[in-house]
Amino acid sequence: MAKRKETAKVLSQDRLSEGIYSLWLEAGEIAAQARAGQFVSVYTKDASRLLPRPISICETDREKGALRLVYRVAGAGTREFSSYRKGDTTEVLGPLGNGFPEIAAGKRALAVGGGIGIPPMLQLIKELKCDKAAVLGYRDQLFLKEEFERYAPVYLATEDGSAGTKGNVLDAVRAEGLEADVILACGPAPMLKALKAYAAERGIECWLSLEERMACGVGACLACVCRSAEVDGHSHVHNKRICKDGPVFRAEEVVL
Amino acid sequence: MKNTSVTIAGVELKNPVMTASGTFGSGEEYSEFVDLSRLGAVVTKGVANVPWPGNPTPRIAEVYGGMLNAIGLQNPGIDVFVSRDIPFLKQYDTKIVVNVCGRTAEDYVEVVERLSGEPVDLLEINISCPNVKEGGIAFGQDPKAVEAITKAVKAKAKQPIIMKLSPNVADITVMAKAAEAGGADALSLINTLTGMKIDIHKRTFALANKTGGLSGPAVKPVAVRMVYQTARAVKLPIIGMGGILTADDAIEFLLAGATAVAVGTANFHDPYATVRIAEGIGRYMDRYGIEDIRELIGAVR
Repeated sequence: MAKRKETAKVLSQDRLSEGIYSLWLEAGEIAAQARAGQFVSVYTKDASRLLPRPISICETDREKGALRLVYRVAGAGTREFSSYRKGDTTEVLGPLGNGFPEIAAGKRALAVGGGIGIPPMLQLIKELKCDKAAVLGYRDQLFLKEEFERYAPVYLATEDGSAGTKGNVLDAVRAEGLEADVILACGPAPMLKALKAYAAERGIECWLSLEERMACGVGACLACVCRSAEVDGHSHVHNKRICKDGPVFRAEEVVL
Repeated sequence: MKNTSVTIAGVELKNPVMTASGTFGSGEEYSEFVDLSRLGAVVTKGVANVPWPGNPTPRIAEVYGGMLNAIGLQNPGIDVFVSRDIPFLKQYDTKIVVNVCGRTAEDYVEVVERLSGEPVDLLEINISCPNVKEGGIAFGQDPKAVEAITKAVKAKAKQPIIMKLSPNVADITVMAKAAEAGGADALSLINTLTGMKIDIHKRTFALANKTGGLSGPAVKPVAVRMVYQTARAVKLPIIGMGGILTADDAIEFLLAGATAVAVGTANFHDPYATVRIAEGIGRYMDRYGIEDIRELIGAVR
């Protein structure tokens, strides 16, 4: 495994819902190595915005050497990305981070995504070879739902109750009586915290993908740490690096 | 054959490009992108006598043309550093500069003594840390403290010492002279400028620490000015840094009086930045027919 910085060609750009965009990039070396749950650093063209934006990999197409990023426009950097059109190029570094673990075929897996934590769960649901279902939590507008449905049963939660269970992903899990041997999740911190507690109560294996403000994206700057239960291997304190040791952690590994 | 090597306190660097402490770890993460043997020196992230956990997150925030950081000098402490990071760096044909941080003079001296028998070329002393015995004012903000800490470290150091100056002072030449008087062998400047960013939507500070150090291209003109002033005030060699993103930026620092330069925040923008800048300096020399890089040092008066 080697990280690469590639000049990626934009294959397509689509708006999926309010502020949510889907970008397919030709980045063969990264696509060849990437696994579900990893991310890339995307650089803006304007050096007044120095730091790369860490964006999770939503899908990879190894045959085409392509990567799909589904991201939310949150500021000037991601707004620039959303202006890219077919044929444009952008600098991308990756694949970064560890990704989700392989899950044994005999287990029942629940892939849980909330908000902009939904995209990385798509590649995961594609790769999972066990009994699987997806639980997706939205504020109101849906995106990627039909694509998840190609690979697994999908359960929805919306804050306004416009689709699926009214409430959060855990409300949907309870309402639908979903059972699992392993939970894999990405989403906002309160959601991950609730899932961790839920899994611990029931003795369910649980893996969480975390996020934090990042600078280098490769484990050098120590900006994106999370509190870890055990002493970490790098600084020998209690801080794991989300970009390098994560972003996916065993729920017990991290203090949320 | 042109000469790109420079000498800092008797230590010859193959080219003037070093890494800026805190942006490059101990080189391991960036060795996936650049050949560390092509750098004049690797300057490590600050190391203390014991592990430091650092600050709460968020630790960084982007600002126009730069970034703020308040990592809080998270580091594994000198024992792990000596057993893991120095052997890693010894695999490369580059000079090793260890950045040292502490909360008291005793902390610094302990680290420096632990490094006395190690294959380290230079020590860089970060005096922007709060001095816990003096109410938390940074060592580098009081000339008496600068001279005292320089003397204390110099008395025990087996390697030449570089004092890294804080720009958060009224007159950096006063601090430079204090370091010179204390026995410093070289100076590096500038450390980051203290700044703040407020998130107007959340109505809170962007950094958990409220304030953080500003770095990146936004600080470069301040850094060039301070290098120029310091070069005229003291006889010590200077390692110039602050917002170097390109070879042109690095050359500005050399012309202002720096003997070597350090590349920091640029690594986050481009993991190949250090080698790209070293190559660019060579091209600049070719373009202007410069045989010896030393011709550039302090050439603009």
